Amino acid sequence: MRYHMQLQVNGKTVDLEGVEPDTPLLWVLRDHLGYTGTRFGCGMTLCGACTVHLNGVATRSCMLPVQAVVGQKITTIEGLSPDGEHPVQKAWREHDVAQCGYCQSGQMMSAAALLESTPNPTDEEIDNAMSGNICRCGTYQRIRAAIHTAAKEAGK
Amino acid sequence: MNALENVSHDAALSRRGFLKGLVAAGGLVLSVRLGAQSVLANVGAVGADDFSPNLFLSIDKKGIVTILAHRSEMGTGIRTALPLVVADELDAELDQVRIEQAIGDKRLGDQNTDGSKSIRDFYQPMREAGAAARAMLEQAAAKQWGVPVSECKAREHAIVHEKSGKRAGFGDLVEAAAKLSVPKVGDLTFKSPAQWRYVGKDHKIVDARDLTTGAAKFGLDVTPEGTVFAMIARSPVIGGKVKSVDSSAAKAVKGVLDVFELPGPKPPYVFQALGGVVVTAKNTWAAKKGRDALKIEWDAGANASYDSKEYRKALEAAARKQGEVVRSRGDGKQALADAADTHVAEYYLPHLAHASMEPPAAVAHVKGDKCEVWAPVQNPQAAQETVGAALGIDPQNVRCNVTLLGGGFGRKSKPDYCAEAALLSKRLGKPVKVVWTREDDIRFDYYHSVAALRMEAALDKDGKPTAWLQRTVFPTIFSTFMPGATKGGAMELGLGFTDVPYDIPNLRCEVGEAESHVRIGWLRSVSNIYHAFAVSTFTDELATKAGRDPLEYTLELIGKPRELDFDGAEYPNYGQPKDRFPADTGRLKAVAELCAQKAGWGKKLPKGRGQGFAVHRSFLSYVAVVAEVEVGKDGKLSIPRVDIALDCGLVVSPDRVRAQMEGSVIFGQSLTLHGEITATNGAIDQSNFHDYQMTRMHEAPREIHVHLVDSSAPPAGVGEPGVPPVAPAICSAIAKATGKRIRELPLMKQDLSWS
Repeated sequence: MRYHMQLQVNGKTVDLEGVEPDTPLLWVLRDHLGYTGTRFGCGMTLCGACTVHLNGVATRSCMLPVQAVVGQKITTIEGLSPDGEHPVQKAWREHDVAQCGYCQSGQMMSAAALLESTPNPTDEEIDNAMSGNICRCGTYQRIRAAIHTAAKEAGK
Repeated sequence: MNALENVSHDAALSRRGFLKGLVAAGGLVLSVRLGAQSVLANVGAVGADDFSPNLFLSIDKKGIVTILAHRSEMGTGIRTALPLVVADELDAELDQVRIEQAIGDKRLGDQNTDGSKSIRDFYQPMREAGAAARAMLEQAAAKQWGVPVSECKAREHAIVHEKSGKRAGFGDLVEAAAKLSVPKVGDLTFKSPAQWRYVGKDHKIVDARDLTTGAAKFGLDVTPEGTVFAMIARSPVIGGKVKSVDSSAAKAVKGVLDVFELPGPKPPYVFQALGGVVVTAKNTWAAKKGRDALKIEWDAGANASYDSKEYRKALEAAARKQGEVVRSRGDGKQALADAADTHVAEYYLPHLAHASMEPPAAVAHVKGDKCEVWAPVQNPQAAQETVGAALGIDPQNVRCNVTLLGGGFGRKSKPDYCAEAALLSKRLGKPVKVVWTREDDIRFDYYHSVAALRMEAALDKDGKPTAWLQRTVFPTIFSTFMPGATKGGAMELGLGFTDVPYDIPNLRCEVGEAESHVRIGWLRSVSNIYHAFAVSTFTDELATKAGRDPLEYTLELIGKPRELDFDGAEYPNYGQPKDRFPADTGRLKAVAELCAQKAGWGKKLPKGRGQGFAVHRSFLSYVAVVAEVEVGKDGKLSIPRVDIALDCGLVVSPDRVRAQMEGSVIFGQSLTLHGEITATNGAIDQSNFHDYQMTRMHEAPREIHVHLVDSSAPPAGVGEPGVPPVAPAICSAIAKATGKRIRELPLMKQDLSWS
């Protein structure tokens, strides 16, 4: 049996020949499509390292069967901006947020989605939006500061 | 904008190949020998276009400077920091500097990125590498211009002769410089601190951009053409064996290629592959589904007896008995027996797992008697040796490519996962990627030791100790390397135990025995975690009992500024000489006072809020923490503010040092609030972030204030020493806020409510 599934990833239509339909979106992105910027951290939607945008909404990709998102719009960290200059990406660099950086793709995707829905988030709103993303290096203070900076930049 | 450029993986490989070829061809390559007698030696004649006066540095004819990063990047910024030391001495412009990650290569010296020692051990060799190249470029220019070399100076990627106004770019001098002999270290001159352009200044890390665009490559991101994916079902109990396996369902999973057994190791486990039942597949998900479908019966073996509840009783019983005396001053035993007033407390801290965000992963490709590995490893030379031993080949035939590490914390200096990949690749004759799930990572870690400690003090009429006894009992790291090791060695005891800094007339430090039933390993700051917790908390208890301010009381116990002599105890001092890195109580007190002052120590707070304090020397650095907590009557804890002060001697990268301190607070908070690994019937009870929790954004302090001591002392550790004082500072703050004394971790299971 052959499966014919298509996804919209970072603005491109991709064919998923031979991908098992129950494969989580994370592994489709990483193993089949080569978008390795989306990270594997827990496989149970507990850590947020695998966060992507599904139709603009921050979504954990590690338990999401690809067949459930066929034809829908997926954005990964590689597609967050064409040139790496999304306000969140710029703010992350300005604040030197990353230590090891492994979780930061997911952190930035969560932050970007937050700013879409809440352009000027309070600290409590940041807590609510970002507490699903674990950073073992402990960069939370800089993530918070970077989100406030990105909010200002985006609001200009 | 980051001027430094990161050389791509493939380019790095080819350049390393080039450098190796250069050595083989008798090219100009120096070996930088490390340590006190650092020597730069020219090991061959000129034979290539590039100027490469030592293994760490080369300059091409365009003037592009390529600097080798030989330590692993797991988040400290070391892969940027050390190359910048070279660039500074050379006076290179960063837009013409490339950083390249080294493979495992013992000619580079120690590459084990562990023990908070990268800057400590390599700051000076890196200066020498840069200064030697600069001296040769200056000499080449002097010769060319017929002027005294003393009049030629490196300035912004060129050599200039001020009198004549002559100027030659580095690239223009490469050919001539490569023909010169390399100067002796004793003849090198170094920049004065006032001339530093990069050392002590803030710079973007070389990976800053890639880490924000998803382009950065970690171990899990390497997939050579033709890679087979593998997951391994390992015995839930260490040392267990497969009794029977039904692999029919696993083999029926689409994408699964094969299922077979990998024999388990004999102790000592060291870094050997754990063995188990292997599922190979066309992709990660198929391997996972295949493994989930296995039906395995295990013969658990002797470690099935390991039960954390029972084991705790045994540890605590051992802590109540006399142990081996490892440090003694006066007669602590007698003084305690004679004392009118005493204070006794027992402490218990559980096992911890590293839980780096990137679980272990490795790709290996065996071809004949050679093997190539790509992996996130803290110690690529250990990976070479481990893989070499697993395959029965010369470690020099193992090429270990070091990717970025998605966290390490000590786990990734233990390359068992590389051995797994190598063994599977040997069997399959193809590149194999071994993927560890989070469950694998939590259940098959090299665990931080569980520990029980007992403290006793004899008190005078002012509530000050006249005698101090401390006893520590924990399964030792050495058990992973020597079967039957049951007692912490001088290394572990030197982590905050035998170096207790108090000036008390009678002092006695003892260690008890404990068996190991899991692989014990080192985790960020290691034994300092439980030793600092017991010593600091006990001190806070005594201060509270005496009605004294804990900071003042602690400073009095530390006593006058002096260098500790440890009363003749064996004290490794982190492998460093005591004259160069003394345990200086003056610096310890100064960092405590700085932190207290910056934190507003002693400010009036309502009941339910409190400040706690701890100070600790580890990894040759001095760290103080003041934590401010708020505890609701219902027991809900928040930590609004933490101040952390550090004296690590010379600071090379201030912003990254601050970042390490911020991260240490969060790491310390995680282990204080949540960290607990337990075993039942020999198997680890926890498996993922729901039952082995981390501090998250909403729990993190809203304010972490880092205070760095300005110092020109030799550079000491940064990655680890921030961790140990965090837990006792938080718990002493809780005691202050609520009156509830915390003597065990983690806090999540404890009732902090008050009325």
